[in-house]
Amino acid sequence: MTEAVLETRDLCKRFGALEVSKDVSISLRPGEIHAVIGPNGAGKSTLIKQICGAEKPDDGRIYLLGEDVTHLSVDARARAGLARTFQVSALAMEDTVLENAALGVVGASGKAFRFFRPVLKDTEVLSRVEAALERVGLADAAGKQTSELSHGQRRQLEVAIALTLAPKVFVMDEPMAGLGAEGSKTMTGFLDGLRHEAPILLVEHDMDAVFALADRISVLVYGSIIASGTVEEIRADPAVREAYLGDLS
Amino acid sequence: MTREGIVNALVLVCLVLVPGWAFYAGETFTITLATRVVILALAAVGLNIALGLGGLVSLGHAVFFGLGGYTMGILAYHVQAYEPLFEWPFLFEGTKSMPAIWLAAVVLSALTAFVIGLLCLRTSGAYFIMITLAFGQMFYFFSISWSAYGGEDGLSIYVRNGFPGLNTLDPIQFYGLCFCVLVVVLWFASRLNRSRFGLALNAARQSPERVEAVGLRPFHLRLTAFVISGAVTGLAGALFADLNRFVSPAMFSWQMSGEIMILVILGGVGRLYGPVVGAIVFVALEHVLGDLSDYWHIYLGLLLLTVVLFVRGGLIGAVTGRRAAHD
Amino acid sequence: MSLVLIAEQVLNGLQFGIMLFLMAAGLTLIFGVMGLINLAHGSLYMVGAFCAAAVAGATGSFLLGLVAALAGAALAGALVEIVVIRRLYAKDHLDQVLATFALILIFSEGTRWLFGSFPLYLNVPEYLSGPVTLPGGIEYPVYRLTLIVIGLVVALGLFLLIGKTRIGVQIRAGENDREMIAALGIDIGRLYTIVFALGAALAGLAGALVGAIQSVQVGMGEPVLILAFVVIVIGGIGSIKGTLIGALLVGLTQTLGGIFLPELMKIFMAPSAATSVGASLASMAIYVLMAAVLIVRPTGLFGARA
Repeated sequence: MTEAVLETRDLCKRFGALEVSKDVSISLRPGEIHAVIGPNGAGKSTLIKQICGAEKPDDGRIYLLGEDVTHLSVDARARAGLARTFQVSALAMEDTVLENAALGVVGASGKAFRFFRPVLKDTEVLSRVEAALERVGLADAAGKQTSELSHGQRRQLEVAIALTLAPKVFVMDEPMAGLGAEGSKTMTGFLDGLRHEAPILLVEHDMDAVFALADRISVLVYGSIIASGTVEEIRADPAVREAYLGDLS
Repeated sequence: MTREGIVNALVLVCLVLVPGWAFYAGETFTITLATRVVILALAAVGLNIALGLGGLVSLGHAVFFGLGGYTMGILAYHVQAYEPLFEWPFLFEGTKSMPAIWLAAVVLSALTAFVIGLLCLRTSGAYFIMITLAFGQMFYFFSISWSAYGGEDGLSIYVRNGFPGLNTLDPIQFYGLCFCVLVVVLWFASRLNRSRFGLALNAARQSPERVEAVGLRPFHLRLTAFVISGAVTGLAGALFADLNRFVSPAMFSWQMSGEIMILVILGGVGRLYGPVVGAIVFVALEHVLGDLSDYWHIYLGLLLLTVVLFVRGGLIGAVTGRRAAHD
Repeated sequence: MSLVLIAEQVLNGLQFGIMLFLMAAGLTLIFGVMGLINLAHGSLYMVGAFCAAAVAGATGSFLLGLVAALAGAALAGALVEIVVIRRLYAKDHLDQVLATFALILIFSEGTRWLFGSFPLYLNVPEYLSGPVTLPGGIEYPVYRLTLIVIGLVVALGLFLLIGKTRIGVQIRAGENDREMIAALGIDIGRLYTIVFALGAALAGLAGALVGAIQSVQVGMGEPVLILAFVVIVIGGIGSIKGTLIGALLVGLTQTLGGIFLPELMKIFMAPSAATSVGASLASMAIYVLMAAVLIVRPTGLFGARA
């Protein structure tokens, strides 16, 4: 077995009496898409927050590229190669699409404390930004103010910013939400190719996309992983059918 | 050229033509008023870097304005009184040279902004406003109780400090000098706004979690912005003291902090020339209304209320009808 | 330095702190319930003092003056809330700061226009003047002692109001969840006006009570306002208990610092220099206290939210 790029070991987190993570252990191997699914309130968002550093787990450890990052801050994990997209878009709404994507390049370059040269005249920055926007299909909207984008376009911009970071791992929180059938298909095709650049931990509600993309699936219910395996194994798992997939039918 | 660009250009032309006319007409008082405009604008350009770009509502910028003022006052006072500022490790008698005073004012303000920022930026929102206001008051009371430099009465400097190659006692030359400083700082601010740092700072105001997610610390960005902002306002304070040839604790007062903020808001938050327009309007009001009524602050208050409640984007916003954009 | 002197200074500190509490309690309630940062709270303090001075001057009754202070400040508060403040709840802190700063300008200049620039004097009534001898042989002014008692009674009343009454329940609900009180069918507009007027009345009372030991003049409110901010930062926004403790800490630090720091400095330097340096340090003492609290607990001693 190749070593995991991202791994959580026995993560525990509680808010008062509510246990939102119970001994959650998942791993992400090179070149794979690992989907985390589960009903609303299963603790998916809190799990993502712990992996990205926005919430501290009460117990357990998180490893990124073999390094223990449990106590690193959000920004330190980003610098270590973890790129996330947000479920509710976190973008600079007054800025243009181009500027938002440029922020990713600036962050990744580690050279944010440059006070004089206009960043949008920096050809190296521009070429990387434009390449990323092109890949997600936002090249035409580059000059638009971000607040004018549709919900789906904001999703695409989220992914574009993650691309500009050239990360070692993607953590994506519902990248398909609000995309519509056509957009969803395009995004699915895009993520399918992306896994070879860096593996993806995918939290997603769109089951078609999950079954089409995932190499492995973990099912989170009430804070616990109740099953983990290939698409076929998960489809066949009786506990999963009862706890989760049953809800859908 | 955008409409905002045209407004900005007109503002600069005014700042050249009006004092130029006043010079030929022999209206020295108008030149002094224009100098006051330019210096107050500079102070507000400083605040605008923290407030407009960084979203940091500092109600304590009088700290830096006052520090700049007292830097000038103390350095020049020791020369004036023939009492060396210190004799160890070397003899230093103070200085009457503007470039040296400016450098000292900028460094001292920046260091103070760093320390205050380190404390205040641990908080946000209403806490930040209250704490910056409180630190302002600390400096105010300290300056009152520090009797070595005049305490409550302040310090008078009888002769304006010098600048190589200029006769600063001539009002129009001193105005020209202040105007050049403002233009240079405005140019720097516009570059800053479009730089990597400006981009990141702007984003940190709008979406701090995004900035963290690309590997940057909003705290570091804000602290840096606060330091730059304080340094610029400190420079303005040194010039202001030289204009009046007088410093007093009033430069540290909360009213001063409030006035600097009013300049930014009247013109338009986050707009490069907002503080300049704000300063022109403020000094004009002070002069015109002040002549009409002893109670002109009532009218200023009503105007300010109107702008806050009904005019989005300040006066520049009202004229150009566009939201602030930084490109 | 005798124990009697120390005890006297501690009492002075308590008296100062408890008056700060009256100011800060209103501010913190208004912030907690409406999310509003109100710089014009100092103006309401001033309004209270002027109402008291004017009415007490005309009628000769200090008590009527106090009633006028409470009523005048509450009325001014309610009026300002209805005309201006309620338009600010949905706006950001910057707009709130500016609009309430504008209110300070209007209130201050308006008062100067009505009453002139010279201070008014509010006399301590006959029956409260003179000293009283406390256990331990401490001579202390009756009036200042009365202030401490009134302040403590008001503080107790405030705790009961918030803890036990219907309006208190609504206030606490408003602090936790603005939508919930709307869902409960409470008239939010009326609740906000009442809370604002209550805060204003407390500020006005403090202004009138302090006005009798200091002079009543334009601009008297803002230094107290800023100290009240320090109190809130130390105690934590929205917490009445934190505000009380913060107010007493600030009051004691300010008063005792002014006495002891110059004495302390005399150990290290010549008496004249010590007095001057000590006074400078004393002027900074409460801000140093605030900075220390910030380093340890950025949201204040009893604050929950950032």
